[in-house]
Amino acid sequence: MAVETSQMRKFLNDPADVVKESLKGLAAAHPDLLRYDVANQIIVRKDAPRKGKVALISGGGSGHEPLHGGFVGLGMLDAAAPGEVFTSPVPGQMLAATKAVDGGAGVVHIVKNYTGDVLNFKLAAEDAADEGIKVTSVVIDDDVAVQDSLYTAGRRGVGATVLAEKLAGAAAEAGADLAHVTDTVKRVNARSRSFGVALSSCIPPANGKVIFDLPEGQIELGIGIHGEPGRRRAPLGRASEVVDVIFEAVISDLKPKHGSKVLAFVNGMGGTPLLELYLIYGEVDARLRKAGLEPVRNLIGSYITSLEMAGASLTVLELDDELIKLWDAPVHTPALRWRA
Amino acid sequence: MISERVMDAATISSWMREVEASVRVERDHLVQLDAAIGDGDHGTNMNRGFEAVVQALSADQGSPPGRLLIIAGRTLVSTVGGASGPLWGSALRSGGRVLGDQTTFDGAQLVEVLAAALASVKDLGTASLGDKTMVDALEPAVETLRVEIAQGEPLARALDDAAAAAEAGMRATIPLQARKGRASYLGERSVGHQDPGATSTALIVRALQRAITSQT
Repeated sequence: MAVETSQMRKFLNDPADVVKESLKGLAAAHPDLLRYDVANQIIVRKDAPRKGKVALISGGGSGHEPLHGGFVGLGMLDAAAPGEVFTSPVPGQMLAATKAVDGGAGVVHIVKNYTGDVLNFKLAAEDAADEGIKVTSVVIDDDVAVQDSLYTAGRRGVGATVLAEKLAGAAAEAGADLAHVTDTVKRVNARSRSFGVALSSCIPPANGKVIFDLPEGQIELGIGIHGEPGRRRAPLGRASEVVDVIFEAVISDLKPKHGSKVLAFVNGMGGTPLLELYLIYGEVDARLRKAGLEPVRNLIGSYITSLEMAGASLTVLELDDELIKLWDAPVHTPALRWRA
Repeated sequence: MISERVMDAATISSWMREVEASVRVERDHLVQLDAAIGDGDHGTNMNRGFEAVVQALSADQGSPPGRLLIIAGRTLVSTVGGASGPLWGSALRSGGRVLGDQTTFDGAQLVEVLAAALASVKDLGTASLGDKTMVDALEPAVETLRVEIAQGEPLARALDDAAAAAEAGMRATIPLQARKGRASYLGERSVGHQDPGATSTALIVRALQRAITSQT
């Protein structure tokens, strides 16, 4: 039986079990890639720990699938620590993940910039260091919708997280050392900017209610990935007008060099179909070329989501030759796979 | 005069049970407050955490009060997640360390426990008064308690005033613009909403007052 409230219709047994049951399904679907450590609530790459390979772990609240569990596998993450829906995991999960994947070459924690994630990862990294594991942490903060100032918790980590996991994961797979893998995550974060918009709220299964009401004809600009309202509301115009806003926000902040090669990542928030995401990509591609940039790589699909929210985000990453090579390197995870 | 009451491990257990009960009752309210400027999980997370704390403490046999606070803090870190888990977890652990192995404590030491908790929240969360966070409820409570205990007010009276100060601080977050935590992403749109962290903090201070007042 599915669970239904006046606002919610979801496939649930018990809302309290949704994360565990979903992870169980992920493991059942991909036994060749990963395993589910039920006691610690972590997803671990099947062949971990790999001796001499730098390991990457990430984690955060659930509700952003396929992030992060869907990115565990060859050429990407070694483990993921999923919390409850939209709630940071606890330090014990990250510590267990760190210990499960440490092959002696060190472990990189990829942390999205949310107060809860940062605090819990910080405690876990301290515990891991106490146990003699070399851990580095990189905080991802690519969302230009949030002003980075003394007056905020800083920019949120959004789309660049997916790109950093892929690119640094490829570097680690190719044998890069801890410093280089860490630097790759930092470089991807430094050269990426993102901006998201929502056409609807999402409904966390635990309370069955929308997080915000969006009146008819309105759109939320500058949203994150937890159903939190955006920076402002605006009338929903034509797609090309919405893309104008998104594109301007990202490019004016990234300030890529004229003629740069870039990767454009058009991400769905969970409730927007590929039909629309490709429409958006077409608009983005044209604007990039008009701005004198070269979109040589792209990623289009729902990879870092906010439950069933309708909406999309754009991430632009300014590439260099090494990043292009790392992007093209083999990857085999539940959600991302090529050349492997 | 010296504060007349002596507190012990039973005080801590009773405080944590009072917190669990009031967070359970206010759970949906906390969720609503958090949904307005955060992501709507604060009530659920705190409820899960303090249920686990009560369970952990009821399994404990004979630990001194400081040790119970450390157990409670560890339990929160390992069950709550979000920002509240590490923040309240570190707060209770820091408070517990103040008491060491002593089996009883007085009002002046209670002030030191809460001051250590506040210091740890401010340090880990890098928040100050006026940032629209739990600090806005906790700091006035600690200061009120400190002043009144120093002036020789009876503990029950001082705690009642401390809880009232926390509640006033909680209400005072309504017109503030958030500068820390998830609500800060909203900028000006965070104005006009009561901070959920300050709200649960006021509940926790009020629970302490109830635990100690009802103990005699």
